[in-house]
This record gives sequence, structure tokens and C-alpha cells, in this order.
Amino acid sequence: MRVKTGFLATATVGLLMSSMYLALAQRPAPAGTAEPERVGGFVPGQKRAPIDPVLAAHGKALYGVNCQACHGKDLRGGDMGGPNLLRSQVTLTDQNGELIVPIIQGSRQALGMPAIGISIEDSNAVAAYVRSVIATIGAQGTPPGKQEPPSIVVGNATDGRTYFASTCAKCHSAEGDLRGIASRIVDPKQLQATWLMGGGRSGISNGAVSKVSVLLPSGATSEGDLVRMDDFLVTLKSGDGTTRSFRRNGDLPKVTLTDPLKAHKDMLSVYTDKNIHDVTAYLVTLK
Amino acid sequence: MIRKSILFAASLLLSPVLLLGQGNGLANGDLLKPLKDSWPTYNGDYTGKRYSSLTQVDRTTVKQLTLGWMSKLNAGVDAPALTGNGQRGGAARDAVRSIIGGEGAGDISVRGGSIKGSVLQVDGTLYVTMPDNAWAIDARDGHPLWHYFWKTRGGTHIGNRGFGMWKGYLYMETPDDYLVSLDAKTGKERWHKTIADLDQGYFATPAPIVVGNHVLVGVGNDIDSPGFLQSFDPETGELQWKHYTVPMQKGDPGESSWASLDAARHGGAQTWISGAYDPETNLYIFGTGNPTPAYTTGTRGDKDNLFTCSLVAVNVDTGKMAWYYQTSPHDMHDYDSAQTPVLVDGMFKGKMRKMVLTAARNGYFFTLDRVTGEHLVTSKYGLTTNWAKGLNAAGGPDHDPSKDATVGGSLVSPNSSGTVNWQPPAFSPQTGLLYVYEANSFSLFYLTDLDPRGSMGLGGKEEVQIGSAGSYLTAIDYKTGKAAWRHRYFAGGGGGAGGGVLATAGGLVFSGDGLGSLVAHDAATGKPLWNTRIGQVTNAPQTYMLDGHQYVVCATGDMLWSFLLY
Repeated sequence: MRVKTGFLATATVGLLMSSMYLALAQRPAPAGTAEPERVGGFVPGQKRAPIDPVLAAHGKALYGVNCQACHGKDLRGGDMGGPNLLRSQVTLTDQNGELIVPIIQGSRQALGMPAIGISIEDSNAVAAYVRSVIATIGAQGTPPGKQEPPSIVVGNATDGRTYFASTCAKCHSAEGDLRGIASRIVDPKQLQATWLMGGGRSGISNGAVSKVSVLLPSGATSEGDLVRMDDFLVTLKSGDGTTRSFRRNGDLPKVTLTDPLKAHKDMLSVYTDKNIHDVTAYLVTLK
Repeated sequence: MIRKSILFAASLLLSPVLLLGQGNGLANGDLLKPLKDSWPTYNGDYTGKRYSSLTQVDRTTVKQLTLGWMSKLNAGVDAPALTGNGQRGGAARDAVRSIIGGEGAGDISVRGGSIKGSVLQVDGTLYVTMPDNAWAIDARDGHPLWHYFWKTRGGTHIGNRGFGMWKGYLYMETPDDYLVSLDAKTGKERWHKTIADLDQGYFATPAPIVVGNHVLVGVGNDIDSPGFLQSFDPETGELQWKHYTVPMQKGDPGESSWASLDAARHGGAQTWISGAYDPETNLYIFGTGNPTPAYTTGTRGDKDNLFTCSLVAVNVDTGKMAWYYQTSPHDMHDYDSAQTPVLVDGMFKGKMRKMVLTAARNGYFFTLDRVTGEHLVTSKYGLTTNWAKGLNAAGGPDHDPSKDATVGGSLVSPNSSGTVNWQPPAFSPQTGLLYVYEANSFSLFYLTDLDPRGSMGLGGKEEVQIGSAGSYLTAIDYKTGKAAWRHRYFAGGGGGAGGGVLATAGGLVFSGDGLGSLVAHDAATGKPLWNTRIGQVTNAPQTYMLDGHQYVVCATGDMLWSFLLY
């Protein structure tokens, strides 16, 4: 459930832990009593009870022996059917073992969770470990830890070369503008996005700026790089660096836009994913 | 800090008597009237049409619409006074003490804030919210009557859609999962109640909807948790019922659409946009969010995953589901179907029908019978929408597994923000058209978590935005699902236009254009007739009548703008 985050949206999200004292809540912290505070990872700004690292380390060892077979090494569920503990309402809500410990002790045997047969103290250690992993869940519930994503180069370079020759070679060539492209853009994921868009993410490389021509009532034409356009104004930058705006009223004055990336944009509805993967597999060979 | 303290002191010295909201609140039945003089609930009235019967501002007079006032709303404790609304004695006059509530320690600073919801207008007072903040404002000149600040415990602060109102009481949700009731006259808190568990990742953005003696409250969540809708007593705040939107117990409806009950119980279907209410059937109709994990089939199986991405109708007195219709079966792109349902009575194939329309985030439009849930029309309104193979037997889009996130990347339109997101549409009975944003964006969806158990939450994928084939305000004929017109906005990227749409009996459609203008369009053709360059509009424009003048209000971030005809 991600809500669109345009720049205005992001401007509102700034939920910041702040040391700034608010006028009504001015309570300077006594020096030297700073407690380690755990900021709930996937719950922005939330503070939860601190976890004793020694206890959590002990719990981790116990988890490996007693829990891992069913709940998985990463707590996300195991081959023997134990549920994912990182999205369990019990473990997410547990503050100090009060919910997890009774279950380890056997309160859910009717639901298939056996009594583990470890002490209350050890159960508390396991609970602390589980909470410590929960604290590393990422934003929007993404799993803890960074996985190395697989290579995205899955296409057939030969097919890509053929497709390139029939489609892309009208404007581009492997020996010309794309010579060494895979050395200039070494990350295949970035390369794939870049060739699809027809330019870098910032987009405004030379030659990729839309040109605009405004036919004035006098019959004169004003031309330049498009700065912006909406239904009411068009703004362009002339060759001499000056910026001019023209009021638009429906079709007057006549405005002609030339988007050098139009071919790229039009192709987005035409490519198959295989075309895309093949072309990328071909382009990564252009070192 | 010093500056803050001075301001605080100044407000103590200069703040005059406590200013009060005006009028006597809502009378019974006010919410059932067609939208006209006031704006007493999220969508103006229960139908979700956002159609005002006011005609003073029309296709001719709109050109004389002029600024009445603007106010900057400053969030936080004893924030500086609202500014910009004239020079009537300076800031001292406008200083109001903040009324403080909340369970937090007050050590989390939520900077900034943006109005992304509806402003209520009742008896000449505006009631407006941002996350953790609420104001009553004099609708005639924009000066504040009171400010309420909620000390948060945290949570996702992405937006607040506004107040619900019952008699003289207001209701808002907070990001840290409380329902707060205020006295509309004074801004003083009556009570607050926990509506969900922050530890479980819940947060709350919707505007509560008041129906009879029910306050209907939805929630949001991005980690794998069940969605639900709750009803609270408007007087006491006691919970009346809680309706889960995924199967929670063995034998619950929809259980067989999941690979396991455990998957269903973590299946999502959050209730994060307010719904519509049909008094004839006593049904509250709302949309539900995506399944979780969002981008991987994993443990949820490859079936429909009910009742995610659905329109759901529940009886307001019992919370029992009367019908559902799934608009995105087995969603794999975070295409929530929470979008505002719109209730329309009109001709369909030669017969008068009671219908509900929805233009979903996934690029598809639907007309249903709102009494039975019977499917009537499906159309693909997103011009470049490409993630489905066609329609299934029920008329829903048939998801194409090859367009799920893949290792090599699949090029999908729309992107995960959708053709439309939370922004409310509008419907004009004069034209029979639904006005909705249509953002034809493209993204590459990469699968990054190959774990056969599936990922978690919104994880397991990387999305790279590639571009847009155009962003439109689109007018859809409910009888056919076809676009009567599309008006292109020049905003680039994947985003849509402003914060939603308003239709009026003056033959107008108001919306932000995504490029810094509030625009009035001809409802019949889409032609832009008037604009004012006030910045990026962040909520849906609204209108009401006061002292014989028709006002149009909207927000740009933390600025509230009021236009009228003199």
C-alpha cells in the first residue's frame, strides 16, 4: 500500500527524531543518563524497549538449536511449516517476552506449536533475539538484511543484436554513439533503464531537450529549448540564453514541440520484455 | 530554540480570548442532503460524487473567480500564527494557543506537513487537518479559531484525509493509530481511542465517515497484517464492530482463495481510503488495498487472495459483508483498489439502475450494481496499461504472470503508484461522466528476492521508473467505460495531476494540473477555462456557499486558498 510520493508528499513525511526542545515539552535530559533507544525499524519514529545485546546473543544460540528447524534461519518460516516470526502479530507486539515466552512454554500446543522445554530465562533470551531481528525490518515491511540481487542480464545477446539492427540502428550504432556504452555504464540495471529512457536519469543530456517553436501573431517565430509548458504558458530558452514566456489561449499562438525522445517513449508500449532483455544482453557486450 | 521560546511567550501575552468555532454543528440528516452550501463529510456527501449543485460559478462567471484569502498553516506546538490573511492588526490577532493531546513524549518533531485531505465547512467554520494537527478556521477571512496538536508515538506520517463530524463533535485519525474526538467549538479533546497496534505496523490516514451513530474508521499497514474496518460510537468512542477484510478464522468467506489461513491472516487488504454510503440499503461501500507480500506469490498462493483489491459492501449496523467485487484479482504490483467508490443512479441499458463506479489504481474502470454487487462494465481506461491478459469470467482483469516482477525486469504500465492513487475522482450527473486522473507511467519491476517463501511487505522487488506516455484528466462514460475525453496535463514523470477532482452544476470540473495551477475545466469537453498559479495543488478542490457567495477552496502544501465571486 504505497501512496504516491511526489515531491510534495515527501515534503510532508519528514518525521525526524529531533533534539530540538519543543516549547511546552521542554525537559532537558540529565547529562550522562542517555539510554540506548531502539527506533522501530519499519515503524517510523517509534521507540521500543531497549534490548540487552548479551541476552539477545544467548537467545540467538538457543534459537538455532530449538527454533530454526521450523521457523527458519532468518525467522521467515521454515521447511517444517513454522510461521514467519517477522510478521507475526505476537512477535511484533511483544515488549518484554510477555507474549512470546508462554508460547515457547507450550500455550499453543493445540495449534501445533510444541512446548520447547527450555527455562523461562532462556525463553526470554529467545524472545529478546526475535525482537532484535524485528528491529532490523526495513521500511514498508521489507525483510531484514541486504540480499545480493541476481544479475538482470537474462536475455539472448544474439537476438538482441538482431533486434537492435532492425529497430535501434535507425538512430544508433554500436560503433558510433554506443561505442563502449557498457564501459561507460557498467551496471546492467542502469544500462537497461538508460537505453529504455533514451538518456540518463537526470534526462537532460545535450540533445535530449525538447525544442519548441512559437508562431507569434506578427508572423515571427520564437524558437528555443523547452523550459516548461502547460495549458496557459509556454516558456523557452533562446539560443542567446534568454528565457521568454508566452501566454497560451487554446491553440493560439501555435506551439510546435519537438521531443527528441519521442521515439523512445513511443516504443515503451511496443517492446516485449524479451526484446528488452535481449537488447540489454547485447549492449552489455559493447565494452 | 530561543526563537521558539519567544514566540511562545508572545502568544501567552498577546493571545486574546479563546476563539470559538461558529454555529451549532451538524443536524441529523444534514449528511444525507445533496452537496450544496456546506461540506460536512470527506466527499461532501455520502455518494462520493464530489458534485456540488451550486451554479453561481459557471463556465462564464468562473473567469471572475478571485482570491478571498490565503492562510499558511504551521504545524507543531504553539506554531507561529497563520499568516498571509491580511493585515488586520498583525500576527497577535491570529495567535492561538495549541491544545495539546497525544500519548507521545513530545520528543518527536514532525516537521512540515501538507493538506492532503478534505476541509469540512459547517456554519462558516472550516475544519482542516494535517498529520497530528487540526485547525478550525473562520471561512470568511481564514483566521484561526483553534489549533489542536497531537504528540505522536511515531508511525507513517504520509497524510491525513480530514475530519468526520457528528453534531458538534469532530473525529480524526492519527498516524500512531488513535481515533481522536474534539469539540468543534473549542478544539478541546473529548476522548481518544486506540484503533490499531502501532507495533504491528499499522498507521492511519483516512477521514472517519459518520453514518447515523457510527464512526467508520479504516487503517493502513505495509507489513503483512490483516486489514479491517471498525465502527465506533460517536458519543463514547466504544467499539461497535470490527470487520476484517481477509479471512481470519477457518471457514471464513474467501479462505479457499489463499494457500493457507496463515497467509490470509497476513494478507493485507487495508482500508485506507474512506468509502461511500447508500442510505437505501444501509451499505457502506469501500475499496481494499493490495495483498501482502505485495510483489511475490510465495506463501499466498496463486489464487485470487480475497478480499484484497476489492470493492466491499458492509451493513453499517452490523459490519457484515453484503457483497464484494474484486477489481484486481491476485494483485502483484501494489495496485491497491482503495480508490473512492462513486454512487450513481442512472440509466443503464434502458433501465434505471443503482450503481457504484470505481476507477482503480490498476488502470481499469468498473460499473457495478451497488445493491447486489453485480458486475456491469469493465474497461481499461489506462491507455498503456499492460499487466493483464484480458478479463476473467467475473469481468475482472486476468493478471499476466509474465508481467510480475522478474529477474530481468518487466516493463509494466502503470507504475506502482497507479493510473490514479488516493486522489478522489468526481462525477457529474449533468454529463454522466466520471472525472479521474490517468497517469500512463512505465516502470521496470525487478524481482530481487528469489526466496520461494516469497518476500515480506512491499519488499522483494526493485522498481525503476522509466517514463510516462502522458498524464491526463479523463472523463469516463459509466455506461460504456469509454473515455468521452482526455485532457493531457504536461506534467512529466509517472505522477498524476493535483490532489483530486471537483465537479459542479455550473458545468465545471476543478483540479490542480500538476504544474502549479488550479484549473477550471469545461465538464463537457475538458477545455481549460480558468487557472490561477498558486503552486502544486495537494488536495481535491471543494466548494460551498457563504453569505450568498460561492467559494472554491483548495490547498497547496501547508497553504489554504479561498476563492470566491464578489
